[in-house]
Amino acid sequence: MSNTTIVVMGDHAEFAPPPRERPSLRVGHVSLVGITLFTFAFLYVPIIVLIIFSFNSARTGAVWQGFTLSWYQRLLNNEALLSAAGRSLIIGLLSTAGSVIIGTMTALAMEREHFRGKTIWDGLLYMPVIIPEIVSGVSLLLFFAAGGIERGLFTLVVSHIAFSMPFVYLTVRARLADFDRSIEEAAQDLGADEARTFWLITLPLLMPGIVSGALLAFTLSIDDFIISFFVTGKGWNTLPIYIWSQLKQGVTPEINAISAILLLFSVSIIVMSLLLQRRQH
Amino acid sequence: MMNAIRERKQLQIFGLMLPGAFWLIVFFALPLLVIFVISFMARDDLGSPIPPYSLDNYQQALDGLYLNLFVFSLWISLLTTIITLLLSFPVALYISRSPKRWRNTLIFMVMIPFWTNFLVRTYALEFMVRANGPINVVLLSLGLIKEPLSMLSTPAAVLVGLVYGELPFMILPLYASLEKFDWAMFEAAQDLGANMWRAFLRVMLPMTMPGVLAGSILVFVPSVGSYITVELMGGGKINMIGRVIASQFGVASNWPFGSAISLLLMIVVTIAALIYFRVGRGERMAL
Repeated sequence: MSNTTIVVMGDHAEFAPPPRERPSLRVGHVSLVGITLFTFAFLYVPIIVLIIFSFNSARTGAVWQGFTLSWYQRLLNNEALLSAAGRSLIIGLLSTAGSVIIGTMTALAMEREHFRGKTIWDGLLYMPVIIPEIVSGVSLLLFFAAGGIERGLFTLVVSHIAFSMPFVYLTVRARLADFDRSIEEAAQDLGADEARTFWLITLPLLMPGIVSGALLAFTLSIDDFIISFFVTGKGWNTLPIYIWSQLKQGVTPEINAISAILLLFSVSIIVMSLLLQRRQH
Repeated sequence: MMNAIRERKQLQIFGLMLPGAFWLIVFFALPLLVIFVISFMARDDLGSPIPPYSLDNYQQALDGLYLNLFVFSLWISLLTTIITLLLSFPVALYISRSPKRWRNTLIFMVMIPFWTNFLVRTYALEFMVRANGPINVVLLSLGLIKEPLSMLSTPAAVLVGLVYGELPFMILPLYASLEKFDWAMFEAAQDLGANMWRAFLRVMLPMTMPGVLAGSILVFVPSVGSYITVELMGGGKINMIGRVIASQFGVASNWPFGSAISLLLMIVVTIAALIYFRVGRGERMAL
């Protein structure tokens, strides 16, 4: 990110006053500020209201009847919810490990090597972006059914790897594109063989990209509802599937509490990934 | 010697590409092939596919009712894309022109919804506008309305839900493009006599096109196949193509027909993506 190229209009005007007054896209332009305020309010009001109502003691409706932590306490005793969260965590960790290894390997080959059919793979790796989730979900369901594969942990993990691996690939490849290869050459000049160079130089330097990719993969896995919904089997309901079934039954105050916790979880993931990016620079 | 090195290199590339290629082929391409085959089959009493093979499913899918649903889904998704673009461009522009400290905070505020569970966010919006939700409670207690407003179960509710859900996916790629935009170009256009709008249309928009295209794809594709938003905001009364597909694998239990619609949806989305890329003259997506 090169911030030096960006000249803030206000400062600029001080150094070199424009020859004549002209309408320009100023930061303070009323429509820019107005639309920005509106959009942020639109994005945030529902989330904030939901969090507030997760502390409301009323069982139904949105009339405030006093502060309570009982919905959160209930979550701690909710066996079905806790086991669904546990399953989501296991699936998230396994699929993240898989997609990080596979995505990084693919990025190394695609960014650094030249081989036949590379452009085809370039296109295929965009498939998860282009194919609607629901189509991926039903096609995986029919694929597993046709192959006689029992649905459960295995089908969930391989499916999650399939849709999150390309995002790890894109993240790591972007980092590889900025990579200064002279450091690797220096290591080899100093006598390190190829494997040693990779483990001691290349991989540590790639690490911020790999960890960002891992955080993205983990979030995608934990949040996924559509694909999981189709490839899950008996006894393998994930957290989003549990939330969905509760929503369909109209259980609200507890769902508000779960939502607030998930929100806190996303904020902490972002903080982690931003701290990583800061270290990169 | 040279041959041995080249062979080792080739083996290395093969080894690096193998797992990724395996996953793409086995868990993306083959499943699509499976639904392609099944889409030509008939169904048994339980909904499972059986021979004979025919074009019946496609005929049924292109029949009035389902064709209308396709057109409706595309129309809603197009509107979603346009509205998110119109809201996101000023936001991304504002963020990119803000002082650095403030800019990081604003980007952080876009990233929170970007990384938050989509289901939870859509539910938050639905909670706001439902009959006994906060908006109605406030309006009723202020005496502004006598009866709760019914804001769900309309195409507009689904549209608002989609815009709400997809906004962060448009703002971030737009910001990535605008952040790199060289404002000297904009000023040069103005110095040469272009007014603000002309400078915007002829200089700024073309130069930020990769971000516009990336954002549009990231919004349009999930919108056409959307299920969660239609189900929650549509209150079971609004039908879009994603919901039709889901029902074929649920209550309607007709896997071959569901497969045919899924394939048609994929073809439509692929065509849309190709048009976007053609318009962008093969520019790389700014993901």
